[in-house]
Amino acid sequence: MRQPMSRFLRPRFSAWLLVLPLFLFSAATFVVPIVMMLARSVQDPELSRAFPQTAAALALWDGRDLPPASSIDTFIAELRDARGTEGLSFAANRLNSEISGFRSMLLRTARSLPRDRQDDPVAALARIDARWGERSTWAAMRRASGPFTDGFLLAALDRQRNDDGAVVRVAEERAVFVTVLLRTLWISTLVTVFCLLLGYPVAYLLASMPGRIANPLLVLVLIPFWTSVLVRTTAWVVLLQRDGMVNGLLQRLGLIEQPLTLIYNRTGVLIAMVHVLLPLMVLPLYSVMKGIGRAPMLAAMSLGARPFEAFLRVYLPQSVAGIGAGCLLVFISALGYYVTPELAGGGGDQMISYFIAFYTNRTTNWGLAGALSLILLVVTGLLYVAYARLSRGPRAPA
Amino acid sequence: MIWSLAKRALTVLALGALLAPGDAAARDLTVVGWGGSSQAAQRRVYYEPFTAQTRVPIQEDSWSGGLGVLRTRVQAGNVTWDVVQVEADELQIGCDEGLYERIDWAAMGGRDSFMREAVSDCGVGAVAWSVGLAYDGARLREGPTSWADFWNLQRFPGQRTLRRGPKYTLEIALMSDGVPASEVYNLLRTPAGVDRAFRRLDQIKPNIVWWTAGAQPGQLLASGEVVMAAAYTSRMFAARRDDNRDLRVVWNGSIFAVDHWVVLRGSSNRDNAMRFIQFATRPENQSRFPALSFQGVTNLQAALPSDAGVAASLPTQPDNLRVAMPLDVEFWVDNIEELTQRFNAWAAR
Amino acid sequence: MTERFVAFDGVTKTFAGGVHAVRDLNLDIARGEFVTFLGPSGSGKTTSLMMLAGFETPTAGSILLDGRSLDRLPPYHRGIGMVFQSYALFPHMTVAENIAFPLTVRRRPRAEIEDAVRQALDLVQLTAMGGRRPAQLSGGQQQRVALARALVFKPPLVLMDEPLGALDRQLREHMQIEIKHIHARLGVTLVYVTHDQGEALTMSDRIAIFRDGSLQQVGLPGEVYERPLTSFVAQFVGESNQFAGTLRDVTGLVELDGGWRMPATIVHPLAIGARTTVSVRPERIRLSRDDGAAGAVQELIYHGDHLRVVVRTDHGHAVFAKLLAGAVPAWVRDGAAIRVSWDAADARALDALPNHTTEEKLQ
Repeated sequence: MRQPMSRFLRPRFSAWLLVLPLFLFSAATFVVPIVMMLARSVQDPELSRAFPQTAAALALWDGRDLPPASSIDTFIAELRDARGTEGLSFAANRLNSEISGFRSMLLRTARSLPRDRQDDPVAALARIDARWGERSTWAAMRRASGPFTDGFLLAALDRQRNDDGAVVRVAEERAVFVTVLLRTLWISTLVTVFCLLLGYPVAYLLASMPGRIANPLLVLVLIPFWTSVLVRTTAWVVLLQRDGMVNGLLQRLGLIEQPLTLIYNRTGVLIAMVHVLLPLMVLPLYSVMKGIGRAPMLAAMSLGARPFEAFLRVYLPQSVAGIGAGCLLVFISALGYYVTPELAGGGGDQMISYFIAFYTNRTTNWGLAGALSLILLVVTGLLYVAYARLSRGPRAPA
Repeated sequence: MIWSLAKRALTVLALGALLAPGDAAARDLTVVGWGGSSQAAQRRVYYEPFTAQTRVPIQEDSWSGGLGVLRTRVQAGNVTWDVVQVEADELQIGCDEGLYERIDWAAMGGRDSFMREAVSDCGVGAVAWSVGLAYDGARLREGPTSWADFWNLQRFPGQRTLRRGPKYTLEIALMSDGVPASEVYNLLRTPAGVDRAFRRLDQIKPNIVWWTAGAQPGQLLASGEVVMAAAYTSRMFAARRDDNRDLRVVWNGSIFAVDHWVVLRGSSNRDNAMRFIQFATRPENQSRFPALSFQGVTNLQAALPSDAGVAASLPTQPDNLRVAMPLDVEFWVDNIEELTQRFNAWAAR
Repeated sequence: MTERFVAFDGVTKTFAGGVHAVRDLNLDIARGEFVTFLGPSGSGKTTSLMMLAGFETPTAGSILLDGRSLDRLPPYHRGIGMVFQSYALFPHMTVAENIAFPLTVRRRPRAEIEDAVRQALDLVQLTAMGGRRPAQLSGGQQQRVALARALVFKPPLVLMDEPLGALDRQLREHMQIEIKHIHARLGVTLVYVTHDQGEALTMSDRIAIFRDGSLQQVGLPGEVYERPLTSFVAQFVGESNQFAGTLRDVTGLVELDGGWRMPATIVHPLAIGARTTVSVRPERIRLSRDDGAAGAVQELIYHGDHLRVVVRTDHGHAVFAKLLAGAVPAWVRDGAAIRVSWDAADARALDALPNHTTEEKLQ
């Protein structure tokens, strides 16, 4: 009984064991952190962890005038207990992203709390900092009282809840993320288009050459792919700067009199990103074109089509799969670009990853970083779905 | 059969888990700096002599800041960095969040031995650096003398470079507008002050090239791309020494800050880490640092360099310090998010 | 041939690096003829076809089609139909769109196109398949589509480059007949490239045999088979025994290496004492118990319709004979002593094969 049973099961089980390390590895290093990061965009635990009773009391507050004195008493008691704990710092950071300056106000208040219970708790706090007497301070605390929030997602779309809880646009001078998202999509689109325009002829050339010539050339295409993005971008900075080689050459040829501004602006970002991402366009195109071969073009010409018509009607449609894959690869990679715009761009060329990195590393506002990531991921996902639809559509049997 | 296989797999996993901390215990003391010439100088005056004296080998690493990096490491319980050089804002928030071990100041020679900015519960000041107005003496015969000149496009036509971001830039904008250094942060704490700084920036916006890496201002000055820069002063003097360039620094209105040594909480090399900090902040060791790095040191007993040229190039030189403005760390901890958003919205317009 | 519908006039093709793909090719093809270019790979047959199609340019010489020089005419103006080895169907078009392609590029009226496509589909018996995509068809069906597409615009000349190479044997034989029928029905001139001599013999009006860029022999299938002019042709078309030897007298007596003296027909002028290769078809080998060179049956291989007999002669030659299944005498047994001979008319003394030494043969 045992023997056939184990013979039946063993191969499947050991096959699972073989993929288990990879599965665990990608789960631990990829899936779990991403899910946790995205979850942060709606979690809001800091305040309710540091001041659980205050958070509960504020949730009951109607939002008019000031919270009842009893709630404020609770807050003062909890703030006193939180002194010197890490939780206080996390809560202070969280509140600071609601109102700039809240962090230092809360920490200073914690240090200067009166020893004993006050008859008028609001007045006692306001003596330390007048802002405790304002409704907006308490409204900000109520918004941050968790445990879940839509505040980060709203902020990532340049929206916020005002003191009455209504969704409104943030002040004009702070509204940056929608612009950045659109800019990210636009730069990625331009990079994709340029990569296609440059990469298609290259891939065609490579695919129509015999292997002994095409293979070394393919390595030349790949070398930049294997070089660090940082090195490639820095090289472009050197080439494109005011007295760099490109300007020098153009001036010596007499094409320009004044050096062109080619770097630290959108032009520099596009040049550097197109170069960095070009292999991602060439490789899928090349592999698809290699599969097409010469025969269809020859057949079309033998059937009477001029080369251009043969290309348009026969070759191009067959290479559409490569175009789609290449554009998708380049576009989605471009969406996440950070180093190249940082080094080669100017003030108005930063893409969304710059802000994700900023909020992750610099200010540790992981909620907002998560929200921006989520929006980027959703946009990417939608584009992918659209691509999958489009590329499947015409192939469906009639 | 299945169970024995599964059991074996679990045993392997468990063994791996047991082995991991054993590895960590055998790890060398890891010191993390900011790379470049500054870390090279630290290697010569701190790392190597420390190892020579104590026989404790040092593993070097470098980073480019970011509290998130430290928080992730400490929270993950995977502390492979022991001593880290952090900026003042990272020191303050990280200390509040409990990311660092507490400093035993008695072992360091007492709080009074150090300049005020170098002393805190969680870190000991390591280097004093500043951002100042720099230009190439070979290109500008009559150089600028203040941030107001930085804005003077008639007298000094051409591009200028500022760090991309609100930090330093807003302070500089207000100082150029005639705001005294002592008033800058008070003004920036008001919406009107921030508006005024951005309006001031508007006046030279087309003439600004933004830098992001500390090495860029020197390159931009060298290539003639810009005529003036807000730059790390130490980099200017290093270029003066190494590349024979006539880069000059205007100390008037320079912004001054201190980086700190901290020990990450949970470090398995805590004692050696503290010994290293103690070694690296002793006056006799610190006094060898400025001549190599053109940065100041924090121990008040550390002798100023005998070379007058080197002494004059330090942010901590009394004449330089007098006309400088200390960076207000608390202001930036409170406002970096809002002002960065605003800066980027402004820059894109 | 009096009519030169297609004419290769001294055509030479040299590739970069000095490789002679085709040397001084002179060949005329008549209107309506079915000519096969036969040869091993690298023999120049496909290059010749590609020059005719316009995808390669001759290095020297010229090609005429219907009296007009093709020298400066690009492929899309030659009006020649072509079927490729890989079919080269357009996968993104339906079968009907594929077949309509040569007509749509010629901007023919819609109704005419529809008509022509329907007829072409009928011709290749794919009437109901017009709406499918090539990937939904079998290999044989794809081949028919390629055929229909090459014929639909009624080209006077159709080229086929190993069109049946990818099909299994049964389907290939079926398609051979079908292509032959279509050729007969439409009266189109057809140039067909293959390395399969059986296919060439089955289908062609005439066969042109290529080797190393040179034309070896052109002739009717029976001519090429029965009267090969070179030992290469004798070997490549059909099967043959080939024996190296030396011509001993003007009647054609050849002393084969090993000392065996046998009669042969002298094909080319040959001096007494010259080296030659004697080629004999296996079905022309005579086995008997009393006449010819002595030897023993070494191997018998049963092939259903015929029996292959390998005889090792006392001179050391391996002689291979084919006997019809019904006509095998009882004394042809494994190991039996046997004698081998042939008629002088069935043995052709051809050029000496330099690389075909007696030692090899005796192995």
